Amino acid sequence: MRLAVVVWAIGRNTLTDLVRQKVFYFLLIFGLLVIGNSAFIAKLSFQEQFQMLKDISLGAMSVFSSLLAILATANFLPKDMEDRTIYTILAKPVPRHCYLLGKLCGILALLAIAILLMSGLFLGVLWLGESAALAETRAQFASASPEDLALAIKEVTASTFNANLLPGILIIFIKAALLASLTLFISTFATSSIFTILMAVALYFIGHLQATAREYWLSGVDVEWWSRLLTAIVALLFPDLQAFNLTDDIIAGTAISLKLFLGTAALGGIYIAVYFALSAFVFSGREL
Amino acid sequence: MKWRQVAAVLLLALCGAAMLPLQGRLAREAQAAHFRKTSLDIDLRERIGQAGFLAALSGFRSPLAAILWIEAHAAWENTEWGRMAGLFDTVTTLQPRSLTYWDMASWHMAWNASIAALQNEKQASEALRIKAQREYIHLGRDFLERGIKNNPDRYQLYLQLAVLLRDKLEDHCAASEAFAKAASFPDAPSYAARFAGYELAKCPGRERDAYEKLRALWVQGEKQRLPSLINLLRDMENRLDIPADERIDSAPAFRQN
Repeated sequence: MRLAVVVWAIGRNTLTDLVRQKVFYFLLIFGLLVIGNSAFIAKLSFQEQFQMLKDISLGAMSVFSSLLAILATANFLPKDMEDRTIYTILAKPVPRHCYLLGKLCGILALLAIAILLMSGLFLGVLWLGESAALAETRAQFASASPEDLALAIKEVTASTFNANLLPGILIIFIKAALLASLTLFISTFATSSIFTILMAVALYFIGHLQATAREYWLSGVDVEWWSRLLTAIVALLFPDLQAFNLTDDIIAGTAISLKLFLGTAALGGIYIAVYFALSAFVFSGREL
Repeated sequence: MKWRQVAAVLLLALCGAAMLPLQGRLAREAQAAHFRKTSLDIDLRERIGQAGFLAALSGFRSPLAAILWIEAHAAWENTEWGRMAGLFDTVTTLQPRSLTYWDMASWHMAWNASIAALQNEKQASEALRIKAQREYIHLGRDFLERGIKNNPDRYQLYLQLAVLLRDKLEDHCAASEAFAKAASFPDAPSYAARFAGYELAKCPGRERDAYEKLRALWVQGEKQRLPSLINLLRDMENRLDIPADERIDSAPAFRQN
């Protein structure tokens, strides 16, 4: 119970500190992107407009949340050491893993708030677009049969809101949380935040190739031994980030089953737990 | 490297090995549910450049497709049909599950580009203008057929293919098949089945089959009994010499109306 209070206090302070660093200013850029994009694509058909809006908005959400996860996590350990706050905290009866857990929770809370705000803005713009398209459709089909009107309305609503968008947004959060946990692991043995950021960005790209490397390795293709060794290293040491790229197909209207969503969430949860456990293991032996 | 860091990397490899079956199972499940099916190959790499390919690999397929679509729209405004076709090809490769992209790409090629080719004042030869028109129509058909291959679980592209076969190629037998395929989906609009019958009625040698299908729709009830269906059935009854007591006008349901 006492440790939970400690984690809560560190998490809250981390979130407050990050908010004071004005990280939410990126939302202005996101807003400009979403609203500006909507104004620009107004001359396209409504199906194209909504497709573009979802493509750009969810893509931007994924970029911003990934960047936020990496940058916020990479910065905290070097900053706490530079400010010497880490010594004040660890001088108290605070286990090192609780310190890390509190920090990670603070960053996850920041990511959750950021994704919530971006989702609100995106869904708001989508709703406004849908209302306008529905009003236009009703006016155009005023003299048509009720069946034709119902079909036209169904076509508009099918291209805007889709229940699968919500699990898609949740998967964006899980991927960002995974990246935060991975960056935390790197930062426990890194010597500077620049090194951590570079490593995390490199791992981000390699992680998207992990699935290809894994299939290549496990398929047992008869190639050079060093090539198989390399793919085995990639498959074993790096996370499969392609598993979290479901939003591209969700936007296109592919329905995600509960089983697939839960499986993906479970994989994300396992990665987060593994990276956090390894971070705690390395950090517990680090000389401060 | 300190022993803890070495141990952490070894532990990470062990965890990675333990997670391989879960990763493999999830990848198979995702592909069965039509996720992660996009083929990012060398051909695509040449079309979108290194930066674009890296973005596509890194989970930004859909924003990249949106940007290229806007580029294609700009090409449309400048009536650069060839460039549009290339961009559509790239966009649909990036987002093969988006019906909008397949549908719009096909419409631009089969309707807009084909008409523009037919009215091309720079081409003096009418034969060549007609040839170019046919090529664009077939390009539009190709987009729809490839779209269907990537989305066999949805009816919309079958409907668009049927419309193209009917209005642009006047292949009523193939149009009927495409409408019938669309109608076989539970969420398809009710007109798809009617249109399949209408097109079959224009297919040489299939008139009797068409009559039976249309009559079966008529039997379904009020929802399908539109004037167009009734008029066609009456016309076919005359042409096929259907006995008076078997005609729709003699059916009790019709007499009541």
